[in-house]
Amino acid sequence: MALLSVDELSITFTGRGRRDIKAVSGVSFDVDQGQVVGLVGESGCGKSVTSLALMGLLPDRGVRLGGRAEFDGGDLLTMSQSRLRDLRGSQIAMIFQDPLSSLNPVVPIGVQVTEILSRHRGLKGAAARKEAAHLLDRVGIPDPTRRLKEYPHQLSGGMRQRALIAMAVACAPRLLIADEPTTALDVTIQAQILELLKELVDEEGTALLMITHDLGVVAGLCDEVNVLYAGKVVESAGRRALFEAPTHPYAHGLLGSIPRLDAPRGEPLKPIRGSINDRIDWADGCAFAPRCDSYTLECLSGAVELTEPREPAHHVRCVNPVLPAADVVGADVADADVADAADAAGADVADAADVASESPVAAAKKTEAPS
Amino acid sequence: MSLLELSDVQVHFPIKKGVFFDRTVGHVYAVDGVSLSVEAGQTYGLVGESGCGKTTLGRAILRLVDITNGEVVFDGTDLAKLPPEEMRRQRSRLQMVFQDPLGSLDPRQNIESTLAEGMEAHGIGADKAERRERILRILDKVGLPENSLSRYPHEFSGGQRQRIGIARALALEPDVIICDEPVSALDVSIQAQVVNLLEELQEELGLTYVVIAHDLAVVRHISDVIGVMYLGSLVEEAPSDALYAEPKHPYTRALMSAVPIPDPSVEDDRERILLQGDLPSPSSPPTGCRFHTRCPWKQDTLCDTERPVLTDLGDGHKVACHYAAEIAAGTVVRAGEAADEDDAKEGREPASVVAP
Repeated sequence: MALLSVDELSITFTGRGRRDIKAVSGVSFDVDQGQVVGLVGESGCGKSVTSLALMGLLPDRGVRLGGRAEFDGGDLLTMSQSRLRDLRGSQIAMIFQDPLSSLNPVVPIGVQVTEILSRHRGLKGAAARKEAAHLLDRVGIPDPTRRLKEYPHQLSGGMRQRALIAMAVACAPRLLIADEPTTALDVTIQAQILELLKELVDEEGTALLMITHDLGVVAGLCDEVNVLYAGKVVESAGRRALFEAPTHPYAHGLLGSIPRLDAPRGEPLKPIRGSINDRIDWADGCAFAPRCDSYTLECLSGAVELTEPREPAHHVRCVNPVLPAADVVGADVADADVADAADAAGADVADAADVASESPVAAAKKTEAPS
Repeated sequence: MSLLELSDVQVHFPIKKGVFFDRTVGHVYAVDGVSLSVEAGQTYGLVGESGCGKTTLGRAILRLVDITNGEVVFDGTDLAKLPPEEMRRQRSRLQMVFQDPLGSLDPRQNIESTLAEGMEAHGIGADKAERRERILRILDKVGLPENSLSRYPHEFSGGQRQRIGIARALALEPDVIICDEPVSALDVSIQAQVVNLLEELQEELGLTYVVIAHDLAVVRHISDVIGVMYLGSLVEEAPSDALYAEPKHPYTRALMSAVPIPDPSVEDDRERILLQGDLPSPSSPPTGCRFHTRCPWKQDTLCDTERPVLTDLGDGHKVACHYAAEIAAGTVVRAGEAADEDDAKEGREPASVVAP
């Protein structure tokens, strides 16, 4: 039994006289002790709202929750507020994206850290202060006793994030939810924070739910990755499996569209066309279909289920998954044909390369049915 | 002769105190002696972390902030000394694309009016009809539909807004476009669209770019030459590929090793150079080499007393480090490599010099 088991979580925002907005629809994943699970997606895919729902931080009004989120024998979604208050901070803790706005600006760091210690661990006075200093030291804040007296604005961005992490780990939580913990930070500081999170997971066996848009961060940190698009998991796999063979066209496209520091220069990026606004309802078909290069009519004929097209534990929600290059010998030929045709038509070479660099499936389709 | 040449550009912001009489109590040394040259048709990438002065430098080129000292020579004229009216006229040749695509567009101005404003100011296009025709051509170039003309910024998505920003810059037919974090506010799938657009436009129109960004991978992708900034000055400048293949300045090395790469097999085997601490305040920069307080390769001599200058080590690879050659040769090693793990954590143990 996993530590946190989210089953068919759905979050709908409702409002009088307004159309319901399905932010998350049917997301399931498990997080085990000592495991790092990633929720990856672009803005508006529902990743942050998922974390808020798990923490019970969404307002009661105007939000409809569905599904279950089992943690330690209870359902986080239906749990009473008082029980949640006991869990939050002690068993489950959260790190937010913006370290400045998640700290109280008019209260010294020390008071904010000791607050948690006295609420959940019953520490008071000097003992609490000592423990707080110890915590700040643990997350790598130099001169912790002096820092305890300082206010958030006196700390640098990296230091604030460290203070937040110190507060999050104050009671040795079993589950840590990190919502874009490094997005607001510079890369060198990001590296420090990621290293710290890795240490926590390795040493304390904390389960970490990592919410991020940065695939680079995921590649270095997560064990399991769930890629979200428009409120649904479109691909979930172990990290190596996902990066070696991204199978959903969205995940595939996402990896193709990031410039890599170690890639040779000069090749144009392969962007995903359109934007997240071009989507259809999941009930009618694949929400990604309008932006997808390999969509067919089948994609638009009803809901698409998660399947395991290639190997177990690699789930993909797609009727035309991207196949690894070796499997599509035919498509290579088609690629060449397209390039030849373009050359013959007098188009310049860059254009031909453009066409050929589309996903093999798409290129194959174009030659089959030039519509 | 390069199209754009900066020599020893300094931008210092005074720190004022007092209610009635502004006393200057110090300066923020945002840009402190930067010299670089940008060739026509090329892309110069400026990278660095927040607070390193890259944005200020970009704005200084356009004189959107006052230059304290130094020269900005564009096509033979020193922009830093031009009278305001002549500078205004020069601006049609130097345009800027800003980071925040929504914040840099007037919410009450439709796209046609936004794009036509600059044209009117610079007398491009004889009448409204001709300007509209030009605008339509530009919209087509940046991939926006014709019906955008009468629409307002809020009706567009983030990526489209950035296209409008680019179109506005293109409307004046500039030679140089300074792009300040052109894609950092966009989602990754959209980033690639805008990066590709910038590259296509450069090829088609022969534009010269100065791209300012914190994302090393993006900069590497589109730049011919990259300058790495730290605390107001350039620490390394090299052709894009050379810089990546062999970063020579300790800061560049640390920066490169900190950038996550979306490939687990690469990530697992990578060596991270973790820097200690944070960026020092630009109002009281460290003596000597600006980076010596965080440098894992710091030596006992020179580093904290003498400020290194950018020196060419061959093939246009310029580094501002006293020990760049020794570090490259391996005769000067990092603190962590020589000392024990525990010592490395403690921080700045002076690196030991191993005799060659």
